[in-house]
Amino acid sequence: MSVQKPLPHDAAALHVTGQARYVDDIPVPANTLNLAFGLSERAHAEITGMDLSAVRAAPGVVAVLTAADLPHANDVSPSAHDEPLLADGAVHYLGQPLYLVAAEGHLAARKAARLGRVRYEDRPAVLSIDDAIAANSRFEEGPRIWARGDPEAAIGGAAHRIEGAIEIGGQEHFYLEGQAALALPQEGGDMVVHSSSQHPTEIQHKVADALGVPMHSVRVEVRRMGGGFGGKESQGNALAVACAVAAAATGRPCRMRYDRDDDFTITGKRHDFRIHYRAGVDAEGRIEGIDFVQYARCGWAQDLSLPVADRAMLHADNAYFLPNVRIENHRLRTNTQSATAFRGFGGPQGMVGIERVMDEIAYRLGRDPLEVRRVNFYDPPPGGGLSAPRAPAARPPEDISAKVKAGEDVSAGRRRTPYGMEVEDFILHEMVDRLARTADYAGRRARVAEWNAANAVLKRGIALTPVKFGISFTLTHLNQAGALVHVYQDGSIHMNHGGTEMGQGLFQKVAQVAADAFGVEAARVKITATDTGKVPNTSATAASSGSDLNGMAVRAACDTIRDRLAGMLAEMHQCDPADVVFEAGRVRAGGADYSFEDVIARAYTSRISLSSTGYYRTPDLTWDRIRGEGRPFYYFAYGAAVTEVVIDVLTGEYRILRTDILHDAGRSLNPAIDIGQIEGGFVQGAGWLTTEELVWDGSGRLRTHAPSTYKIPACSDRPRLFNVDLWDGENFKPTIHRSKAVGEPPLMLGISALMALSDAVAACGDGSVYPALDAPATPERVLAAVGRQRGRA
Amino acid sequence: MSATLPITLTVNGESVSADVAPRVPLVDFLRETLGLTGTHLGCAHGVCGACTVRVDGAAVRGCLMLAVQADGATVETVEGVSDSGEIADLQDAFHRHNALQCGFCTAGMLMTAAELLDAGGPPPERAEIREHISGNYCRCTGYQSIVDAVEEVAQARAADKGGQA
Repeated sequence: MSVQKPLPHDAAALHVTGQARYVDDIPVPANTLNLAFGLSERAHAEITGMDLSAVRAAPGVVAVLTAADLPHANDVSPSAHDEPLLADGAVHYLGQPLYLVAAEGHLAARKAARLGRVRYEDRPAVLSIDDAIAANSRFEEGPRIWARGDPEAAIGGAAHRIEGAIEIGGQEHFYLEGQAALALPQEGGDMVVHSSSQHPTEIQHKVADALGVPMHSVRVEVRRMGGGFGGKESQGNALAVACAVAAAATGRPCRMRYDRDDDFTITGKRHDFRIHYRAGVDAEGRIEGIDFVQYARCGWAQDLSLPVADRAMLHADNAYFLPNVRIENHRLRTNTQSATAFRGFGGPQGMVGIERVMDEIAYRLGRDPLEVRRVNFYDPPPGGGLSAPRAPAARPPEDISAKVKAGEDVSAGRRRTPYGMEVEDFILHEMVDRLARTADYAGRRARVAEWNAANAVLKRGIALTPVKFGISFTLTHLNQAGALVHVYQDGSIHMNHGGTEMGQGLFQKVAQVAADAFGVEAARVKITATDTGKVPNTSATAASSGSDLNGMAVRAACDTIRDRLAGMLAEMHQCDPADVVFEAGRVRAGGADYSFEDVIARAYTSRISLSSTGYYRTPDLTWDRIRGEGRPFYYFAYGAAVTEVVIDVLTGEYRILRTDILHDAGRSLNPAIDIGQIEGGFVQGAGWLTTEELVWDGSGRLRTHAPSTYKIPACSDRPRLFNVDLWDGENFKPTIHRSKAVGEPPLMLGISALMALSDAVAACGDGSVYPALDAPATPERVLAAVGRQRGRA
Repeated sequence: MSATLPITLTVNGESVSADVAPRVPLVDFLRETLGLTGTHLGCAHGVCGACTVRVDGAAVRGCLMLAVQADGATVETVEGVSDSGEIADLQDAFHRHNALQCGFCTAGMLMTAAELLDAGGPPPERAEIREHISGNYCRCTGYQSIVDAVEEVAQARAADKGGQA
């Protein structure tokens, strides 16, 4: 079996020797031009004049293009056609591209791009969530609202009520490789584009529209990205389209990369949110009714904000049954970068909302937050699922009346999400039990309390938080994938699919699937660049779906070829094709034993096709996003983390001392790669909620536009002790080899760091003031929160 | 364009002479002029460490040093240390430990880790490794596997030395 092996990343040998090529490393023809955008200096203004004579006269400049010079579509939006490549008459954020410079050399292009003289007539800029609420500046006609039961009555009648709000900052992707593209003009107006993109088909589509040609005239290739994290789902469109239109205009190859400051200034980031909550709970802290109002700051263009905001609503429950619930979500339009996809895609923000509620309930009731979380968990499956072997605990009878009150199907128990989907394999009871045991949660919690009683300056905190994350694109039609597999005469295998490699190890995992199908070593499978000319109409590599979708499509292609081979051998040996065995590089049929190469050579001379496409679409999905009802997800992935921190009450500085994680990747296709995703996801999530702070000034200028001012986790910031384990279950759904998606879910394990900081801050007070830490919980915010504990506002 | 200056330096063991504009950073010279694209440019102002190369034996940021400042110097990049085999053990450890995902930080990370491993003295503790590579950002791995790989090589080299003594 090639699957389930902890094989290293397929390109590791190339990476450690510097041979792996990214877009900007591709050797280019000598006449290649470099591009740069001239950017808006205003957040919202009419353009009353643009004098580009100095730009055109600058050394090395070959061409300068404005919106008026674009012969076809001036649009790089992935959704609502509201995002011009180059501003047309007005600017909507500070940093918006105004004009495009093509020059001999990257530096020459950037220098020239600064020389434009633009006259603006300012318009009122809507920058903050408060600005947008006041101006009713939004996408869609009003908020989306999903509800079940009677939350008002449930909150009103509950033994305890809590109410509050949390601010949750955005996050810059900080992919180490900035955005980049290269366009090479071909005969007859065709264009070949290399793009650092998670979505080659969309690049192809947008380039074709911009050139006024059918999609068949554009071929897009993506070998790898130097990190994506959602930031290259739509944000690469502008560079690829710019390269293509400039290449078409000049007849010369064009390439473009954003300097890091430009990347920060131009591209979208994770949506920042404000979430108001009101909840009514019983004496144990069990939620009886809850009301969320979520505000998402979407920036100036729609981009992917609607499904991002939907996913925040879809994760407002996280792992908890909410019998009476109302979720209202506002998609606010502001004059800032157009917020976009980022690992978790809104899910993390929704999840921080409910975890905040759990934390505050525990604080108000004086209970262990883990106990409050446990009493709110969804029920385990009635009979135990494949991934949940343990029988469920019996529910006390009083719960049944509560369910009836909430209009619930009693037989479903506490298993229905607010959007009506049954949680069929809830395994967090067992996972959390195991993690609490292996990480000694109870013992350490007691020792943290002892420490805090004995120490005045350094206070510790600990928290265990769970993750339940829905797997599938919520835009149902995106849940499809294609593959193309060739076996050559010598028995070597060429594999291609629509997924893109951004470091997550997708190519390696899918190659293991292909090797497994033929019973050969993974090394026999050549992994090839994603190419719109090989597999068409692909979805973005996003929503954690890469291995699920492309693994199944590749297996379908391999199975088709293998069935042909088995049929050939079955006929030769008069046996059942099902009895032909492909294993360890050998093929056995009717007592005969061949090498794989022998079988392939025979198939070729027998005129049997050794090439096949494969296709997969996820079954069982139905979703009405307006009503908020259906089954948007094929299944859920689970995880849990315990994090312990220490804060310095005099400065607000802190360290993560230890993190223990237990994460569910189903029956992992590659445990080494999946553990890497979990470690990296946790650190990225903890970074989002602790040190990564985006600051815009009053003019709408992003002041944190480089790593000098925007702080992602360094090695010294990661937990001193870091224990990561995989849950040993398997997916109850027939996914590829019963694995589960692993890209996004671990990011939300980072919420444990925020909650541990909250715990440490709470230790500074007398139990009367809830810490109410906003995110990111920078040292400044921690210090202010400590001050509140001690009566200093 | 601004005037150029003649420079002569040794890159990966070969003497190189070129006329370069004073404003050109060393990393651009290596990548654009010499085609040594194994060294990557991440932030262009000395914070992320992706462009780390070795100049006269010291790890430096290729984006902060100008090519003209390297006149007369000996420069080594990931391509050079790969060819010489001097960090083969470290490269192998990065490979086996999955101390990379997207790989964009890897060349710089290797150069920085090699500097620590070459510093002499007792093998560095994990805390020292963490501290030393904290000037090199990795956005993918969470650093765990990188520290594991460096620690393994440090201990293996120390054991080798002990065996020879």
